[in-house]
Parts: sequence; C-alpha cells; structure tokens
Amino acid sequence: MSPALQITLIATIVAVGIAAIGYFGFKISRSTKEMGTDAEEATFTTLHHMSVAVPHLERGLTSEGAAKSAKALRRLLNCPVLLISDTRSILATDSGIDFTAALEEEAGKAFSTALATGKTQVNRSSGQDFVSAPIMVGDQAVGTVTALTPRAGAGFVRAVSEVAVFVSAQVSTAQLDENKAMLLEAQMRALRAQISPHFIYNSLNAIASFINTDPARARELVIEFADFTRYSFRRRGEFTTLAEELEAIDRYLLLEKARFGERIKVSLRIAPEVLPTQIPFLSLQPLVENAVRHGLEAREDGGVISITATEDGLHAVISVEDDGVGMDPEQLASVLAGTTVNMHVGLRNVDVRLRQLYGNANGLIIDTAPGAGTQITMRIPKFRPPRPAGTGA
Amino acid sequence: MTSLFSSLALVVVCVTTMLIAFYGLRLSRTTSDFYVASRSVKPWWNASAIGGEYLSAASFLGVAGLIMLTGQSGLWFPIGYTAGYLMLLLFVAAPLRRSQAYTIPDFAQIRFEDSKSLRKLTTYLVVVICWLYIVPQMHGAALTLSIATGLPGWVGPVVVAAVVAITVVSGGMRSVTFVQAFQYWFKLASLVIPTIFLLIQVIPEQDTADRLRSLGTQLENISGLNLYETISIILALLFGTLGLPHVLVRFYTNPTGHTARTTTVIVLGLLSAFYLLPTTLGVLGLLYMPWLGSTNETDATVLLLPSAIFDGFLADALTAIVVGGAFAAFLSTTSGLVVSLAGALSQEFFAGTVRGFRISTVLATALPVLIAVVTNSLALAGAIGNVFAFTASTICPLLLLGIWWRSLTAKGAMAGMLVGAVTCGLALMLSSVIPPVDELWFHMMRQPAAWSVPLAFAVMIAVSRSTRRAVPSNTDTVMARLHVPDRGAQL
Repeated sequence: MSPALQITLIATIVAVGIAAIGYFGFKISRSTKEMGTDAEEATFTTLHHMSVAVPHLERGLTSEGAAKSAKALRRLLNCPVLLISDTRSILATDSGIDFTAALEEEAGKAFSTALATGKTQVNRSSGQDFVSAPIMVGDQAVGTVTALTPRAGAGFVRAVSEVAVFVSAQVSTAQLDENKAMLLEAQMRALRAQISPHFIYNSLNAIASFINTDPARARELVIEFADFTRYSFRRRGEFTTLAEELEAIDRYLLLEKARFGERIKVSLRIAPEVLPTQIPFLSLQPLVENAVRHGLEAREDGGVISITATEDGLHAVISVEDDGVGMDPEQLASVLAGTTVNMHVGLRNVDVRLRQLYGNANGLIIDTAPGAGTQITMRIPKFRPPRPAGTGA
Repeated sequence: MTSLFSSLALVVVCVTTMLIAFYGLRLSRTTSDFYVASRSVKPWWNASAIGGEYLSAASFLGVAGLIMLTGQSGLWFPIGYTAGYLMLLLFVAAPLRRSQAYTIPDFAQIRFEDSKSLRKLTTYLVVVICWLYIVPQMHGAALTLSIATGLPGWVGPVVVAAVVAITVVSGGMRSVTFVQAFQYWFKLASLVIPTIFLLIQVIPEQDTADRLRSLGTQLENISGLNLYETISIILALLFGTLGLPHVLVRFYTNPTGHTARTTTVIVLGLLSAFYLLPTTLGVLGLLYMPWLGSTNETDATVLLLPSAIFDGFLADALTAIVVGGAFAAFLSTTSGLVVSLAGALSQEFFAGTVRGFRISTVLATALPVLIAVVTNSLALAGAIGNVFAFTASTICPLLLLGIWWRSLTAKGAMAGMLVGAVTCGLALMLSSVIPPVDELWFHMMRQPAAWSVPLAFAVMIAVSRSTRRAVPSNTDTVMARLHVPDRGAQL
C-alpha cells in the first residue's frame, strides 16, 4: 500500500477513535454529574445492584446465572455469604469469608425449612444467622435466596424477603419466556402445511380413472402419490432445500396434470445458485397448489404457472405466478389477517410461518387483481439463523 | 501509446458486462422440466466461477510486475495465491459448506449464537477487508486506462466503480455462476493468446538465447526478498485465502460438502494453469524490457510487452486483448467484493432490505474510489499480499479454530481477531510511513504475517482457555453439523 493511502487510513482510524472516546467520555461524565442527593444516590446504588443481578436470571435458575447474580445480590445486601438454591441443592455461593462444610450444612437446613414452609426463615446458631427466603413461582417454591449474617435484624430479614420476591419475578418471567417458546413451537407444528384433503381425494380419483384405460400410467401415478405423501408426512426438521421442495412440487403437478391433462402448463426459471437454500418445509408447494386450485381450475382453457427463483444478495427470491382468474385484494387481505376462513387457508399458513421464522417484514408479497392472474413472492434469507426471529436470541 | 483498439476493447468489456446485467435474466434457462431446472451447479462451473472472481488485478498485472521488481522472489506470490486453496481444501471447504453459513459473519453466528458482538466484529472486519481489497483493483484500473488511452488516472476507478455499481444495483445476474465462470476463461484466453504469439516470435531468435544467458547476472542484481520476508509472505498467502469473503460465499452454491471439496481441487488446477502465464510474461519482461524494473510502472509489464516485441497492427491487437482481460479482471473481482460488502453492510445497518442493499452498494463502491484517487500504488501484488496478511491474522484463526477446536469461546475469538487486526494493521501502516531501512525490525513491520498470525492464534487460544466456562453449550451439536458427512438420503 502506498504512503498516502496509509496516512489516510491512520487519520481515519485516529479520528474514529477520538470520536468514540469523546462520545463515551461525554456519556460517562453526564451520568455521574447528575447523581444528586445522598438518598438519591442510595436508591441509585440499590437499583444498580438489582439491574446487575437481573439479566443473569433471564434463563431461569441455572447455576451459571445464579453464580453471577449471587455476587450482585451479596453486594446489595452487604452480607458475608449469599447463596441461591433450587429445591434440592445449592446452585451458587458467593462468599466473603471461608465457607466451610459445616456452614454449608447449616445453610442446607435453613433453605429446606424455607422451601417446606414457603415463608422466610431465620436460623440462629452460634453467632451466625441464616436468613432464607423462598423464590416463588405461582404458589410453588422453586428455590431460595439464603443469606448469612452475624446478627440478623428485622430490617435485614425484610431485605432478604424483598430480594427473594424480586428474584421470583425474574424467574417467573423466564418461565414465561420458556412457555412462549413452547407455544410458538406448538403453533409451528400445527401450522406445518399438510396435504389438503381435496388433493388426496382428487388424486385418487384421477388415478382410479386410469386403472382400466392406462394401467401403466396409473401405476406410475400411484408411485408419485406415495413419494409425495412420504415427503409431506416426514417429521424431520422444519426446513428443506429449494431443490427438494421443487421435487415435491414436480410430483404434485404430475398428479394434478393427471386430472387436468394439458390444461396446466409449467414454466420454470430457477437460478441454480439458490437451489441449496434452506426454505421452510412445504412453503412453496401450497403456493403452487393455490395457483392450480384458485387460479387455473376455474378456467376452461387452463393456463401457465411460472415458478422463478433468483438470487438477490443475501436473499433468495422465489415467486409463483399464474395467469388465472386472480383474486380480490381486499378479500385476500382479510384471509391473510385470519378474519375469514376460506379456501386460501394454505396461503395464510405459509405467510404466518414465514413471518414467525424471518420476522414480520418477510411475509408473502401478493400481487393480484380479479382477472389479472396472481403473483406470490417470498424473500428468504440464504442463511437460516439458528433460532427463529420471533423467539428473541 | 494511445490506441484505438485498446479503447475499443475497454468499451466492449464494460458494455458487455452491463448488457449481461440488464438482459442476463432473459438468457437464464426457462424450462418446463423440473429435472432440468433443479440441476445444481457442477463443481467444474463453480470452480471456474471462483477462479473468475479470485483472479484480480494483482494476479493479472501484479505477478508479472513483481517478477520484474524482485526476480525469483516474485514467484512466491503465484505459488502462495494458489496454495492457499490447498489449505481451504484441507481445513475449511467441506465443514463450512455443511455449516449452511452464507457469509463469514453467518459462520460466527452459527458457532456462537449468543454472541452478537462477535458477529458484529466479524462483519466490520469483512467490510475492512473488502475495502482494502477493492482499492488495488481501482489502482489497476487507473494504470490500465491511462496506459491504454492516455486518460488521467482518476477515470479508471470511476469507470470500474460506475459499471460495478450499476450492474450490482440493477440486480440481474451479478454474481451468477455462469457469468463469473466465463470471466475466468476470458481472462485466461486474454493472456494465453498474447503469450503464445510472443513465444512464437521470440523463441526462434538468436537474440533471445543471448538475452537468456545474461538473465542470470541480471537476476543477481535484483534485490529479492530475504528469508524472513519470504516465510512471512508464504504464511500470509496460505492462511489469507481462508478468509476471503467473496470466495467463501461461492461455496454455498455447492450442494454438499463433498462437492465443495471437488470444487476446490478444480480451482487448484485452474489457478495453477493461469499463473503459468503471468510468470512467463514476467520473465519475458525481464528479457525485453529490463529498464522497466527501475520505474514505477512494473505492473504495466503485461500491458506493454506486446508493443515491445511487435510493431503495428499485431501489437495493437494483442495489447487490446490484454487490456480487455485486465478490465474484466477488475470488474469481476470488484463486483464479487462489492456484493459481499454490500450484503454485510445492508445486513448490519439496513436490516437486509432491498433498498438497504442498494444504498450499501453505492457506499461500497464510492469509498474505495475516493481512496484510490487520492493515493497511488507501486506494487499491486504486494498490496493484495498485505490484505492477505490481514485476513490471515483475523478471519483465518476464527475459521480454523472455530471449525477444529471445540474449546473456542466467543471472547477468545474476539480477542484474537482484535489483536490480529490491530497489530497487523498498525505494522502495515507504520511500515509505509517510515522510510525503509534494511533491518529485521523493519521487515517484520512490512511483512507482519509471520508473527501476527501466530499471535492472533495464541491470543485466541489463551483467552478461550481462561474463559473455559463460556464454551457454548451447543458446541457438540454445531461440531457434529460441521463434521458429519452429508446425509445422502433425503428422508
């Protein structure tokens, strides 16, 4: 690299560095300046200790999170030893003194009585008082906050109880999150597209009609039908590659063609780069089925379905277009909003799943008008994040 | 040596590139046959595409220039540029493909899903690397354009940036495998044809034999690289290839880890074949234009050679071919980098929207143009070598340890990359502002890879060891995904 380039780069980096230091310096100086009176400062310190303890408990009572929050809580209560337990054992201990096995046994006794009674307990023994307060979720004790202090006054006992109440709130939230995640997963399962009963009925009828006239074709169709159902019944994973989904669509269309004959024509334009893209399982097939069922079925002379997939930077853009009867946009909007239950239920299904997986901005984009055909587009990130967008992370 | 032919070649290459971008989509295959439509990209095509994207100004012009400048030492560059793919083949290609990551930040996210800051840091490093990589392409364009048409230096970068920005923003087939694959063969042909003509002309001449005899003494007078610098450069090039953002995205196109490996093997072959040509041209340059070695224009060797050996029409025609190929090299490498860069920027700052990608594209091309116009470059291959040293000290340890060491932690990875980036970056900057001296410490500054890469690895390992408890709980699952061979069956 040339000297001039290097100098430019150095100058840029120095400038950015100074700007960053200046910005943070300004923020810090401002936050310390506005501290106010002693009482305000005490409130601030307490709140600060609390807020340090909180984030570690957002995954519930884990030993890792407990260890970190125990440290902050001990600083808050200003006691020699603080421990957090679940219903069976001590999860974490933060100690300023030598925490011996004898003390541990004492602590064990203290927290088991607290768990049993569901109330704050004070165990007085040999100049060391254990104050143990239960962590309640609903009306069930799931753990305790136990503090050791030389002399436990009423104020200290109340403080420990309050801390336990606070921790309870956090742990409840964690459980709520867990429930929410489970709910989402259950919803995803329920939403997982299923083959429509229409399709099974129609396919079997179509196959039946060939059994006498063209047994060889009937046999082929039965195999296609079997393969297609195997694909849609599979239980492994929420995702599939575009290549696999296209294969399933091929089978699906072969079966539909058995019924409609040459009335359905297909045109495919797939960029090979996006074939390995992971897409939600059975997210494209319902769109094709929608095009057949609502776009072309109603037309005497049939029509063309075009499936295109192109690359767009970090995304794959996949669209299904038909030149059929189209839909009324307003009616469609109410379908997608879930206010009407009708035949486009497959579309809504895909739309909801896409939004859950990739965030609200990435649902289906539908372009249609009565008599003008329908184009449905989805934009899928090539990289599938380890967790869906809806569940945080 | 302004030439109508060269200007024409330039216009043809730029216009063709834009036309493909605008109308390319219509050329893509339309079929009613699902079997045809879901045929994946064959390793052979993908390998050509990687070659097309990878062979940049540094390879096309820089290698010959470096041989003129440093004699045999210059040979280490084509060797390193190629051998890096061996490392990629052995350690990264298949696991990276199986990880399903599209970009390097994606890989960081898969490995450490809880660490947002690691993903951010990786994104920023990718952005810096892409920018550093684009600037030499712009310098190459400036050099080529001013030699071919006599236009001022700033026109080249502006033309390249404009063509790339337009093609990328217009969507089209910007990164489509077939176009990039064609680029490889076009670049190869535009060096093969002149090389064959030159060799046919010079080999039978008695004069050539005399010149060859004096080559030995000529090489002795050239001060090459010393042992430390050589080792450092080899290390930088070997490990640097592992972290090139625009190359790694191509591996996503392979359907399985196995095809990713096959692709890499073919890339090794294609690059080896290509680098024979600039090497030959560099030697011819030493024989026929020895005076060029003492000027600032050694990178122009390939461009000037045809007219040094031929006269008239043939010289013009061959120069035009080389100029066309060189521009194709700038355009294809730059567009690959800009796509990666714009992707990273739009993901980070614009939530990955279509509009965000367009804005990012403009940002991604505009800044390097500014830098390229206000600076000038002496050795393209050396400048790219520096970028390799930088990637080798940052992205490479993340990928290697991330794939092969289960005890890596997010904190360790971040510490290692930061230390690598800061030490390597500072050393490179300082070495270019202080006047050169022939001392070991200065060589260590100018070629930092030999110590900055091990340092980055060491910091990464040490910090990971001391934050042992922060090893993500899903490490085993992720490792299994990276290393267990792909399932052949689909159900």
